[in-house]
Amino acid sequence: MTLTTAARPHPHPQKQKQTRRRPRVGTTLTYLSLIAASAVVLLPLVVIFLTSLKSYGEISDGQGALALPDDWLNFSNYATAFTDGHLLTAFGNTAFILLFSITGTVIIGSMTAYAIDRFDFRFKKLVMALFLIATLVPAVTTQVATFQVVNSFGLFNSRWAPILLYMGTDIVAIYIFLQFIRGIPRSLDEAARLDGANSFTIYRKIIFPLLKPAIATVVIIKGITTYNDFYIPFLYMPSEDLGTMSTALFRFKGPFGAHWENISAGAVLVIVPTLVIFLFLQRYIYNGFAQGATK
Amino acid sequence: MTRSRTVSTASPPAPPAEPGPTGKQNAPRRSRQPARGGAPWRDRPMRTITPWLFLLAPLALLVTFTYVPVGNMIYYSFTDWDGVSPDRDYVGTKNYTEIFTRPELFRVFAVSFYYLAASVVQIVIALYFATVLSFDLRFRNLFKGILFFPYLINGVAIGFVFLYFFQDGGTLDSVLSWFGVGADHAWLGSPESANTSMAGVSVWRFTGLNFVLFLGAIQSIPGELYEAAQLDGASRWQQFRHIIAPSIRPVLSLSVILAISGSLSVFEIPYIMTGGATETSTFVIQTVKFAFQFNKTGLASACAVVLLAIILVVTWIQRRLVPDEKVDLV
Repeated sequence: MTLTTAARPHPHPQKQKQTRRRPRVGTTLTYLSLIAASAVVLLPLVVIFLTSLKSYGEISDGQGALALPDDWLNFSNYATAFTDGHLLTAFGNTAFILLFSITGTVIIGSMTAYAIDRFDFRFKKLVMALFLIATLVPAVTTQVATFQVVNSFGLFNSRWAPILLYMGTDIVAIYIFLQFIRGIPRSLDEAARLDGANSFTIYRKIIFPLLKPAIATVVIIKGITTYNDFYIPFLYMPSEDLGTMSTALFRFKGPFGAHWENISAGAVLVIVPTLVIFLFLQRYIYNGFAQGATK
Repeated sequence: MTRSRTVSTASPPAPPAEPGPTGKQNAPRRSRQPARGGAPWRDRPMRTITPWLFLLAPLALLVTFTYVPVGNMIYYSFTDWDGVSPDRDYVGTKNYTEIFTRPELFRVFAVSFYYLAASVVQIVIALYFATVLSFDLRFRNLFKGILFFPYLINGVAIGFVFLYFFQDGGTLDSVLSWFGVGADHAWLGSPESANTSMAGVSVWRFTGLNFVLFLGAIQSIPGELYEAAQLDGASRWQQFRHIIAPSIRPVLSLSVILAISGSLSVFEIPYIMTGGATETSTFVIQTVKFAFQFNKTGLASACAVVLLAIILVVTWIQRRLVPDEKVDLV
């Protein structure tokens, strides 16, 4: 529900009137602080970008990290990162995992929300408590034992291990769907019932299409967190050809040693997709993560 | 629109519904009385089973990947299992005594204080920028985007970015030399400096999330409140103190709980940057090493149970202190 209201560009038009009376002394300081913060945020990233365009010689000649690259079109480090760093395979693996885990999360989350919101059944409270308590368990601690479960299914070193784990533990998605589904009038379900639709048809043809904004939120949050996750692929897919963007980049540490130009190129390649997504979907991302965190 | 799309199979029931099945007309039909002709959704057995059919897969995944591991973990913590061999012996509370009596095992919690301090800094910075940017400023969206973006970046990439940042003659040293602070300092060399540096990275990374949460809460305050306050001659500080502060309390308490549980379970940044060397190991890194490097599944499970218990207690205390109106499951 918050999604629909907050998605409008100016939720508080009254505000503009009030801000005109800004104290002028503070304004300069305010801008200064904002510019300083932006510099702190951007500087480390810009330096990595500069480094990625340098040659090994330029880095080791002691000009300092902030020196500009000699050749702004020197993309050879990117080529090295792609081929020797196996980033292409990693991209494929990440895409594969993203596709299945996001689809799974959307279907499972919306089904759960539908069942919990639209039906009265015995043990409903218990079921909800199970989902609620699970949010408190930090996944990072239970991996010791989760590992044994995954291993006993024979899923160790397969892409299905992370897919199942991402699908099975996303309670945030369930909350987002649950909040949204409450806003869909029950009269729609009832009308369809009268037309002879069964519960599954109602879910598939009425509820699911109406959930689109919530699905967009879940896809974005889930996509970014899955893309960024390091721990699960690191633990469950140690095999060389099963790297994801995170783990493949992590493996740069060994072979490239002090070759910061290659490591930087790899880091830039991992960051760029996130940056592109962010620039295009900014509004949804803010709302999505705010919703995800407050549940 | 959606309604017209639904399959209307040849349906004998309910003539009154045909002219226009609006919500108003349907309302009385929702009562429990059996319909004429007994359409399938109304029979009792089907109705009780349906929700479980929807919940089958979600519950199976939830139990398999959350509750079974937690149960197993508690069980392993009382054994000396190495994670591989078929036999394991019950050792009672030996693993737990080991954690609490060997000081070097428990000392890693001290590292958490660096990150806890960092979260305080992070919340203060986020609060400041959220307040500032809740007013109309030039380039407001640009600043908002810049401040938030680090939160979205891949953790491994952040690790490398800052390894280079803190390197000898790296970004930080170069910037400091502009200001005449020359001496090359091995930022990740000594325990204290390394932990402080990495806590700084965590501020860099996570301030954006807090900032966006605070900003959202502040922007949901109706504008009339500020106008009324200004008419009454309230200063900026008074506006913050009496209007903004109360309205962000729920989000603030959420941030505090995230900060505490987050600083207890720090893993990614130190693991990627130093691998836990030079006394930067955290409790989770230590647990992971016990489990997957030294094959001490029993001891690692006990560690995980201790951490889980601490986090549950912290959450419980927070729920008691600040009754959270956001938790409305029903």
